Amino acid sequence: MLEFVISKYNFWVYVILMMIGLYAMLAKRNLVKKLIGMNIFQTAIILFYVSIGVKKGPVQVPIILTEHGHVVQAIRATDYLNPLPHVLMLTAIVVSIATTGVALAVLILIYRRYQTLNEDEILALRQQRRETGA
Amino acid sequence: MVQQFPALIVVIPLMAALFMVPLGYFNRRLCHPWLVLILAATSTMAVGIMGQVILHGPISYRMGGWQPPWGIEYHIDQLNALMLILISGSGLLGAVYSGPSFAREIDGRQTMASSLYLMMITGLSGIVITGDLFNVFVFLEIASLSVYGLIACGGGDAPLATFRYIIMGTIGASCYLLGVGYLYISTGSLNLMDLNRLLPELYHTRVVLTAGALMLVGISLKMALFPLHAWLPEAYYEAPSAVSGVAAPLYTKVAGYLVIRIVYNLFDFHFFTRIFPILEILSWLAIIALLVGSLYAIAQTDLKKMLCYSVIAQVGYIVLGIALANRAGFSGAILTIINEVCTKSCIFLATGAIIYRVGDSRIVNLGSLFRRMPITMLAFTVGVFSMIGIPPTLGFFSKLYLIFACLEAGRWSFIAALLLSTILNVVYFFRVIRVACFEDPRPDYQRTEPYPEVAVEEAPLLMLLPVVAAAGAIILTGLGSHWIFLNLIRPIIPAGF
Repeated sequence: MLEFVISKYNFWVYVILMMIGLYAMLAKRNLVKKLIGMNIFQTAIILFYVSIGVKKGPVQVPIILTEHGHVVQAIRATDYLNPLPHVLMLTAIVVSIATTGVALAVLILIYRRYQTLNEDEILALRQQRRETGA
Repeated sequence: MVQQFPALIVVIPLMAALFMVPLGYFNRRLCHPWLVLILAATSTMAVGIMGQVILHGPISYRMGGWQPPWGIEYHIDQLNALMLILISGSGLLGAVYSGPSFAREIDGRQTMASSLYLMMITGLSGIVITGDLFNVFVFLEIASLSVYGLIACGGGDAPLATFRYIIMGTIGASCYLLGVGYLYISTGSLNLMDLNRLLPELYHTRVVLTAGALMLVGISLKMALFPLHAWLPEAYYEAPSAVSGVAAPLYTKVAGYLVIRIVYNLFDFHFFTRIFPILEILSWLAIIALLVGSLYAIAQTDLKKMLCYSVIAQVGYIVLGIALANRAGFSGAILTIINEVCTKSCIFLATGAIIYRVGDSRIVNLGSLFRRMPITMLAFTVGVFSMIGIPPTLGFFSKLYLIFACLEAGRWSFIAALLLSTILNVVYFFRVIRVACFEDPRPDYQRTEPYPEVAVEEAPLLMLLPVVAAAGAIILTGLGSHWIFLNLIRPIIPAGF
């Protein structure tokens, strides 16, 4: 059992991080904490992608050596790190930063309107405004 | 030039969105013509692509000249081309409409809103044109981020609704991304066609099962399928009219397109019926969605909110067609997508025009609208007929195909549910028509802030034109439904039904 956990520890770490993020999004009442949870959730997936491209041992980055237009070095997949997941994650990191930026801007709008970022207080305030017809 | 259309249809709106910002600072009045011009260009290109696909068969476009499966491939068959036409056509109507709508609702912020609008069209076109799973994720997020911004523009509780939408949308996109990652570790490919070839040997491995489940759950969140629908009504209710008139018809339907691709093209549908019977679950969820969505719609007293719940009900029809997994179901799902885009464009835009003149969308305040805004209400009625399924509108044919699909699958209880939901549709839409037709306006009605005191009359021409065009599209697609089936749907029906 312990060996099972340790041999795949990168997956365990990402699953635990993801669940922390999900818990924060579901259970926290403060909207900023929800946003932080969302960030942890996204980061967990980035970690998963990065970890699947990693290899241990004497591996190099995949530079194909060519001379006179011919590949001079045979390419063995085991000698190289897979760079593709890392490249994909560069894009995903940009997406996650953009989402955070938009969410923070929206939080500023929410704060200006309700003077609070606690979801319970906002809902109570909304109910109150609806009853008074404002 | 024509060969480059698949790339240009994504690149041109993106570049035009960036150019919009300096243009708007130079002169804000140029934004609206520029927006309409770009959308007209993408619509022309979408029609060009469709022509090529019908004449010469599916197009495979290699981004940057890299060979698939290593490079990004744009694979375009009839379904992609159809979705492109729906997106750019509905986008064009919304763009024409956005002039008066933005000027009334978000005056002073037209530049940024128009720029985001083009970004949204970029993202949606990208989702339906690309054949690379990671590319789908990127475009999904481009489309989502721009629509978050557009919804947050709206007044009232729009920011809170947007924040909830951001959280839910991000969970959905992340689940999808995780599923793609699982497919990548088991096959080493991200190309849809390539994966379709590689996956059958791996159908019994647990990682592929998990990948399929994660991707479907993620897309269901974006599609607002029944238990995951909570973000939708509030977000579209609070958005400016031009935005909800484009986002509501397009977003859930583009997600429906993705479900079709996942169920039929990425995996084999036998995978979802025999090895991993998720379609059974989806069909029951679809039935619950179309009943619960309609019941919620009946409970609403506000026209725009009622329409938002009607979107949720219609998602049920699309998913039902997909989940029944037979010829009629597949055709019914695609026809429902076409019908939904035309009808929801028409009804949401007409509702926006009503709000523009009346200043309110509560149903009790819509008295005698047929006399005061006859053309808008006529178009609205055409939309309602298609929603209910009265011939010759397309809504009739799409429902007919779905009923045939239920018959073929031997699901009698589903037919009962479909007919019941049609009756519920009649109940909630005819309530609006009854008030607009027979009741007088309430004398004690007070206008609220951004809507000045004007005589309630026909909407301005720029708003009226898209509404009438959408109503025309409903009737045209209804009359041409057989042509659509023969030329667009039959060639792409998956083998093995």
